[in-house]
Formats: sequence, C-alpha cells, structure tokens
Amino acid sequence: MNNRKLKNTLSYIKIYFGIGISVTILFSILILVLINGIQNLSFEFVFSLDAPRGFSLMPMLATTTVIVVLTLLISVPLGISSAIYLNEYASSKSKLVKIVRSSIETLSGIPSIIYGLFGFLFYVIVLGWSWSIRAGIFTVAIMILPIIIRATEEALKAVPMSYRMGSYALGAGKFYTIRKVVLPAAINGILASIILSIGRLIGETAALLLTAGTLLDMPVNLQSSAATLSVFMYTITIEQGDMNRAYATAIVLMALVLSLNLLANFIAKRLKRD
Amino acid sequence: MPNFTIKNANLYYSDFQALKDINLNINDKNITTFIGPSGCGKSSFLRCLNRMNDLVDGARVTGKFLLGNDETDIYKISDVSELRKRVGMVFQKPNPFPMTIYDNITYGAKMHGIKDKKKLDDIVEKSLRDVAIWEEVKDRLKKSALGLSGGQQQRLCIARTIAIEPEVLLMDEPTSALDPISTIKIEDLVGNLKKDYTIVMVTHNMQQASRLGGHTAFFLNGEIIEYSKTSLLFSNPKEKQTEDYITGRFG
Ligand SMILES: Nc1ncnc2c1ncn2[C@@H]1O[C@H](COP(=O)(O)OP(=O)(O)O)[C@@H](O)[C@H]1O
Ligand SMILES: [Mg+2]
Repeated sequence: MNNRKLKNTLSYIKIYFGIGISVTILFSILILVLINGIQNLSFEFVFSLDAPRGFSLMPMLATTTVIVVLTLLISVPLGISSAIYLNEYASSKSKLVKIVRSSIETLSGIPSIIYGLFGFLFYVIVLGWSWSIRAGIFTVAIMILPIIIRATEEALKAVPMSYRMGSYALGAGKFYTIRKVVLPAAINGILASIILSIGRLIGETAALLLTAGTLLDMPVNLQSSAATLSVFMYTITIEQGDMNRAYATAIVLMALVLSLNLLANFIAKRLKRD
Repeated sequence: MPNFTIKNANLYYSDFQALKDINLNINDKNITTFIGPSGCGKSSFLRCLNRMNDLVDGARVTGKFLLGNDETDIYKISDVSELRKRVGMVFQKPNPFPMTIYDNITYGAKMHGIKDKKKLDDIVEKSLRDVAIWEEVKDRLKKSALGLSGGQQQRLCIARTIAIEPEVLLMDEPTSALDPISTIKIEDLVGNLKKDYTIVMVTHNMQQASRLGGHTAFFLNGEIIEYSKTSLLFSNPKEKQTEDYITGRFG
C-alpha cells in the first residue's frame, strides 16, 4: 500500500519535473528574445518605408505575406481535393492509392532543405527562373501539400459514417453529401491544418533561402528575389553578425505567429458555435 | 394491396450468401415488422429495399423488387436518388446531421429542388408536427440538432425522412438505442404514421412487434421462415422454428 503511494508520488514528481523543464526552457527563450530585442524594436524599424535596406521590416513583411497567401492559394485547394479523393472516392484497396499515401507520408517527413535544393535545381536553374518569389512559392507549396493532405484526411476520417449514410438515404449523391455534410463537419480540422501550414511557412528558412533568395528590397513582382522575415533573420545573423536587429525581428515574428494562433482559435470557436 | 413485391431475392456479400430466395408482399399503408436472431439478414434485407447495399463493396442482389402501383423494378431505376425519395430510411442510432434542426429537416427537400422559403418553413412545421416534437423545438429551430436528447434526435430523423414525402419508410431497430420512455413515444408515433406510410421495421423486441400489429416476417439464417399477420404469428405460429424463437428457446 505504502509502496504504491510512494510510486505514485514519484511519478507525479517526474511528470512535474518534466513539465517544469519544458516550461522553463520555453519561457527562457521568450524572455531572452524579448530582453535583447525590445530595445531595438521601434515603429520605424517595423513600418518605415524609406529606411535604408535592412533597417525596416516592411519589405520582408510584404514578402512574407505574398508568399504565404499565394502558396496557400495553390496548396489549400489542391491539398483538400486530394484528401477528398483519397478518403471519399478512391478504393482503399487500390494499389495506386497505397503508393500515393506512403509517398505523402514520406514527403511530409523530408527536411525542408531538401525541398530547397530541389527548388533551386528545378525552378532556379532548369527553368531559369533565378532566385525569385515564384520559385519560392512553388517550392514551399509542394512542401506544405503533404501537411494539408494528411491533416484534411484525418479530419474527414473523423466524420462519422452515419452522417454520410443519412445523406445517401435521403437521396443525396456523393458530391452533394461531401459538400453539404462531410466538409462542414470536418471544417475545424481542415482549418487547423491551414493554420499549421501558415506557421510552417512563416518559420521556413532553408527552402526559401535557396529559391527566393535574400534580397532585402520591397518586391516589385513575382520574378523579384526577396527575403521573408525568417530568411532576413538568418542573413543578418550569419552575414552581418547583427544580433540586435535579429532579436527585434524575432519579436515581430513571434507576435505574428501568436496572433495567427489566436485568430485560428477564434475562428474555430465561431464555427463550433454555429 | 401490396406496395412492395419481392420475388426470388438473393443477396451476396462477395462469396457469402446473406439472403436466400426471399419472397414477400409488403402491404400498402400498413406496418410490416421483421424479427429474428442477430445476423439472420434483417438489416441486409432492409438495405435491399432502398439499394443502400449498392454502397457495400462486393454486395450483389438478384431477384425482383417491384415498388408501388406502377410496379417499378427498383434495380432498373438508373437514378437511385429517385428511389430513395420514394423509400426513406431511419437508422438504428439517431444520426442527425451536425447542423440546425431546421437545416436537418430541409436537407432532403432542398436537395430535391425546393427553394421557396415559405414552402420550406411549411415543410419544417408539418414534419415536426407529424412526429409530435413541434412544440418542444419550435423555439430552437435554428439551434444545433445535436443538442436534442436521443429520443428527440430519433424523432427528428423520422421527420427529416418524411419531409420528402416518401411512400415507404424503412426503420432498422429505431428504438434499440433509446431509453424506455423514448421507445414508447417512437412506437406511438410509428403507430400513427402507418396510416399514411408503408412502414417496414426491423425490431429485436417481440413485444414491440406485437404491439405494432400489421404483418410480421420471421427471418432465420437469411431465409423467411414464416410470414403472416402479426397476431397470428405470435398466437399461432405454423413453423416449429418460429415457435422456438418466440417462446425464447433460442436467439
Ligand atoms: N457489409 C457487409 N459485408 C459483409 N457481410 C455482411 C455485411 N453486412 C452484413 N453482413 C453479414 O450478413 C449477415 C446478416 O447481417 P445483418 O443483415 O446485419 O443481420 P441482422 O440485421 O439480422 O442482425 C451477417 O452474417 C453479417 O455478418
Ligand atoms: Mg441489424
């Protein structure tokens, strides 16, 4: 009896110890970044339009936004329709589907530098697009596709079969059932996958560094080379050794990701309520 | 007058024969119940009647299924949607869609092309009145159907089905997931509905079958052993196997 109590207490201590360490590390990082970054953070540094190259985040914010939005425009429709095909239409016994599934699984585990290398070789060299936003977009679009497909598939799988049966029994066809019953029921999961992808895109460095390049100017078109916030952080740290601006940028980056998560929670709650 | 005439029906799931040479006349505007031990093919047979077995990989149906006065062969209808509009189905576990009560009821009507708001409102009220749940839910039509109790959900599912005015209503053990009070309410409801619809209901519960009246078919191992007026089947079974089953000697 006593022995069991002791074991219990011990495992609690272990759990709290684990939690304690993770939380401490997390907050140390946050605090470190805040302390180092806050004194370099100014309205000018974030929003100025005529600061010298690298002394305003505006070009990088614009590049990040353009890359995120356009990439999602490609990957979200493609990913969702692939997931719908795999989960709702394809026979699970088909050999082709099995191959596609395991390819998707493998692709989602590949480090992003590999995607960057591929994008560099294919878009930048073979297609001759040079370092450009479009080469970046087409590279990271492929990178987040497996994330969206897998998460959407999970969301579709979680929709009870009985909903589909109820719809068919009323005379609805497959497409109508998917559109009116299955997708609305899966929307939270799908949304979560999109948010996850946005986070991934904002934080991406390797794949974009090799394809969209590191130019710190405001992009004029999709052929321009341009750096996102993360790439900017990398370049000023490595190439210019300027930790101050890197920390200030990190604060902006974290604020961006945090507000995105809040937005996602808000949307999910709204959708749940209806 | 028969509403559904089934001749020499067989059902195979790949190599397994689940139904063997079924012949049955299902009467118009009345109730027909199916009884029998689990796994004897009651649900499978029900799913033949609205071709839900079309959705099962490897399922194959033979024989004739003639519906209505026009004796439409339902396996010759090219658009199953047309058939399922005439033959509705209610499931064992209540399965309202995760949307509002209103949208649940209008789902079928909208799909079959009704757009007029006034008409849809009328359909909602009439269907919910028919299942005796209107007073309980009329103030929360725009709230999620998932907030209803199990019994209310099942009545909503019945309302959703009769909203598209089918001729036949198939019900697969519609009370087996419900508490006793909800069960009685659904039974009463079914008793009322049989005036207007041809009802075919699977039930595990022999008291329920005898309370509902009409005709009863006793299934065993994919065959119909006996089919007659319900009162007769329970009071005076012709077959030894039927007698054994209703006296509780097996199943
Ligand atoms: N989708 C299916 N695929 C293969 N076999 C099935 C399927 N559905 C039912 N069966 C088999 O058919 C037989 C009849 O099942 P069912 O119609 O569910 O019986 P009941 O409703 O009388 O309990 C059982 O042996 C069952 O295992
Ligand atoms: Mg059954």
